[in-house]
Amino acid sequence: MYSAPARLRPLEALPWLLAIAVYFAAPSYLPLGAYVFIMILFTLSLDLVVGYGGIVTLGHSAYFGFGAYTAGILAVRLNGDPLLGLAAAALAAGLLGLATGAVILRTRALTLLMLTLAITSIVLEIASSATALTNGSDGLHSVPVDPVLGRFAFDLFGTTAYFYCLAVVLACWTLVRSLVNSPFGAALVGSRENDARMHAIGAPVYARRLQAYSISCALAGMAGALLTQTTQFAGLSTLGFELSGEGLVMLVLGGVGRLYGAFVGPTVYIVARDYLARQTPEYWYMGIGVLLVLIVLFARGGILGLVDVLVNRLRAKRS
Amino acid sequence: MRMLKRLAVLAALALISAGAAAQTVKIGLINTYSGPMASNGDQIQKAVDLYMKLNESRLPNGVKIEIIKRDDTGINPETAKRLAQELIVREKVNLITGVVWTPNAAAIAPLTKEAKVPFIIMNAGTAMLTTLSPYIARTSFTLWQSSYPMGEWAAKKFKTAYIAVADYGPGHDAQEAFTKSFKAGGGTIVGSVRMPPPTSDFAPYLQRVKDAKPDALFVFVPAGKSATALMKGFGDLGLGQAGIKLIGPGDITTDEELPNMGDVPVGVVTMFHYSAAGERPANKTFVAEYKKTYGDKAWPNFISVGAWDAMAAIYDVVIAQKGKLDPDKTMALLKGWKNPNSPRGPISIDPATRDIVQNEYVREVRKVGDHLANVELETIKSVKDPWKEINDKK
Amino acid sequence: MEAFLSSLVSVAFHGLAYGMILYAISVGLSVTMGLMGFVNLAHGVFAMAGGYLMITLMLAFGLPWLPALLASCLIVAVFSMLLEKALYSRLYAAGELEQVLFTIGLIFIAVAVARLAYGPNPLAAPLPSYLKGQLSLGGRSFPAYRVAVIATSALLIATLWIGLERTRWGAMVRAAVDNRAMAQSVGIDTARLFTLTFALGSGLAALGGALGADLMAMTPTYPFEQLVYFLIVVAIGGLGSLRGPFVGALLIGIGDTACKYWVPELGAFFVYVATIALLLWKPAGLFGRHV
Repeated sequence: MYSAPARLRPLEALPWLLAIAVYFAAPSYLPLGAYVFIMILFTLSLDLVVGYGGIVTLGHSAYFGFGAYTAGILAVRLNGDPLLGLAAAALAAGLLGLATGAVILRTRALTLLMLTLAITSIVLEIASSATALTNGSDGLHSVPVDPVLGRFAFDLFGTTAYFYCLAVVLACWTLVRSLVNSPFGAALVGSRENDARMHAIGAPVYARRLQAYSISCALAGMAGALLTQTTQFAGLSTLGFELSGEGLVMLVLGGVGRLYGAFVGPTVYIVARDYLARQTPEYWYMGIGVLLVLIVLFARGGILGLVDVLVNRLRAKRS
Repeated sequence: MRMLKRLAVLAALALISAGAAAQTVKIGLINTYSGPMASNGDQIQKAVDLYMKLNESRLPNGVKIEIIKRDDTGINPETAKRLAQELIVREKVNLITGVVWTPNAAAIAPLTKEAKVPFIIMNAGTAMLTTLSPYIARTSFTLWQSSYPMGEWAAKKFKTAYIAVADYGPGHDAQEAFTKSFKAGGGTIVGSVRMPPPTSDFAPYLQRVKDAKPDALFVFVPAGKSATALMKGFGDLGLGQAGIKLIGPGDITTDEELPNMGDVPVGVVTMFHYSAAGERPANKTFVAEYKKTYGDKAWPNFISVGAWDAMAAIYDVVIAQKGKLDPDKTMALLKGWKNPNSPRGPISIDPATRDIVQNEYVREVRKVGDHLANVELETIKSVKDPWKEINDKK
Repeated sequence: MEAFLSSLVSVAFHGLAYGMILYAISVGLSVTMGLMGFVNLAHGVFAMAGGYLMITLMLAFGLPWLPALLASCLIVAVFSMLLEKALYSRLYAAGELEQVLFTIGLIFIAVAVARLAYGPNPLAAPLPSYLKGQLSLGGRSFPAYRVAVIATSALLIATLWIGLERTRWGAMVRAAVDNRAMAQSVGIDTARLFTLTFALGSGLAALGGALGADLMAMTPTYPFEQLVYFLIVVAIGGLGSLRGPFVGALLIGIGDTACKYWVPELGAFFVYVATIALLLWKPAGLFGRHV
């Protein structure tokens, strides 16, 4: 069924070309662009568990925030090297994912959803009360971040942040892409589609899901670290379940379980929100709400699902 | 010939308007317009709009002030920082203002230093904020400014006090300040509790206080619905009847929330820098104009007056520089900026700390006509931020 | 010892009042999720609508408290019926994720509408004077309003349980929760049943929201802020049962109150730790049959 590491299609270069084009066409949008990349990485990590693993979670912000604080505390206390912070965040969030995943992945559906929600709330409360480390609800501010590779300092215009985030997203995308196209990915999708049958053929379902969950958590942690490093700030809002919900919304908006939904969703969501919030700061909720309802009513499968339908129709017309 | 004349006039007009456009001062206003805390943002926006409406004529010819609004959606420092960055890079603003929340202001602070953009804080009240960047000035208040004198005042009236504060930065500030001065005045703290900020039902905490039987209960919770919920619990559980006096910084009896609180707050004593019931002529005019514009049921509060005075300071520095804002000159003008006629009384910016110096008032909630009001009883003149005084911070 | 007993009574009382409101709001969510398998995150919207409507009816139309409470509950029930027919019913067959996205969209819209209609400031319910102040019971004084909340909710719960155990409609609901296909094949009009049950659940949520308006203030973002608590009650109670969320709501209500009273430092942790412990012990919830 699966074919060993799928070949790159020309269309898959599109996101990266667009990212370069944005740099030249809209240089004043780089801070927003960097934020979009961070959310793409977060959504990509969600797609791995939600889309491929079939694990619906409202608690992924626990790992995002854990990564954000790990990078922040490391920079404040020991060393402000961004790549070191990124690695530490990935490791810390991955381990937290392994520990929590080992417990919650034994459950399913609503139970699992509530467990993830409870975990992120507990991590939030811990961060909020461990003021000596996290500075509590005031947040870790003025986090010192060294230049990337000792050469590229984070600048006011967001150029370094933009390309730094872009590079990290590219690396993570490569990893996730090869993962989901590997036998590992196939086993993951198998257990999503038919758990009982995968058990029957002797596949280690639980172990596979736990591995996927931990990897996803590590990616989420890296996204959190990127946020800390590009904003020099780590705060409690990185741990709120609102962020998990937002990530899920972005993913479903783009299209679940297809890798590129994680690119389309955040881009559309964040750009739309940014635009609406500038038009009517008080009522942008309305526009986003209508967008979500319309997508569900008329475009199941998210934006990419809609694209599929349109492409198929065009093809049918031609033939 | 006529044609030529017309062209010349048109060209001249174009030149003038181009010159005028060059003197548009761009102000970035970062504020909370949506989400659970949007009511605070609403107060800021209303005060800003009102100030601009009433003071348009103060600006020199050709100078215009353009406000660029951005929504930080609540306590969201990452978003606030990105918005500030965009305001500086994309919109090229001359000055940033607004900001309800301490974490958001703290996230923006390093940018103002790097980009040399003056930043006037309209509300966020944690004491240390102004120390984060030399380009920050504050027109609001610090929790120390009200809670420290409150402790001094309370020590003269009560022997024992219980402290209940919201468990976040400003709450910790209030607790520390009150404890310090109340103890120094000879009072005893019989207990304290920190309550998570989204608390909506205070009954269990207040029951604890009731059982401890202190003379006074010192409370800080965020203004708005938390304060109203607290007041409800205080009345429901009959703490007043049990002989416990409720005191605190003015956040717990803000003017716009009093109509929501029923009769419970009558007799509550607070220390604060602003009351809509203040008898100063400048305040009477301010409240009257506010009600004229936003309806008879609307009340300005301490957030409104923080925003109002920030706008006054902004207008003054714009006028002094004829619309061409230089960051360092702006900061120099702000240091020592004075307004003898603010709705809250005489205020100034301390040149050493760039923080506000203002009167604090001991107020009691009383029935005035058909509504409740914070009636000012005593005035403590020209209070500097005690935290910076005690710790020698700049 | 006496002091301890006294505080025990206060904790039980306050916890009961809080738990009762949680139950009134959440029970509808439990039934719709159990019956229709629909993940309705927007359930809190109906509670908010109930609260705001009651306040409007009292302030703008001068209705007394109790009629306003009942009227707001009825109006929301009817409105939710229309909403179910027009939108929700199209999504019963859709995936979990689509339902989540759709209902979050509805919350966003409701938040914007509420903000437009009522402004960002919290609104307090104007209570009649007989519900203010203290009530003396057995030598102790209790807040009158909370006594009323407990009494009203108890009445409501009794009616609801009798209704579901003793009426034909109740039997149909229980049949459909147990086995939808079988219920359909014996001739139960499930589409109609769904609509009516949905309306009942929303009406109850409205009642809970309106009753609780004095404890949980009405703000436009109410549906977001309270969502977690409703979900927790439903999850630890178990889907599709009436008893489950009742026990769950009381557990959360009393446990949370007790924790805030005796160990306030851990106040915020209790709910979540309890949720995790309970769900690991009983993954389907206390009274749940479906996993």
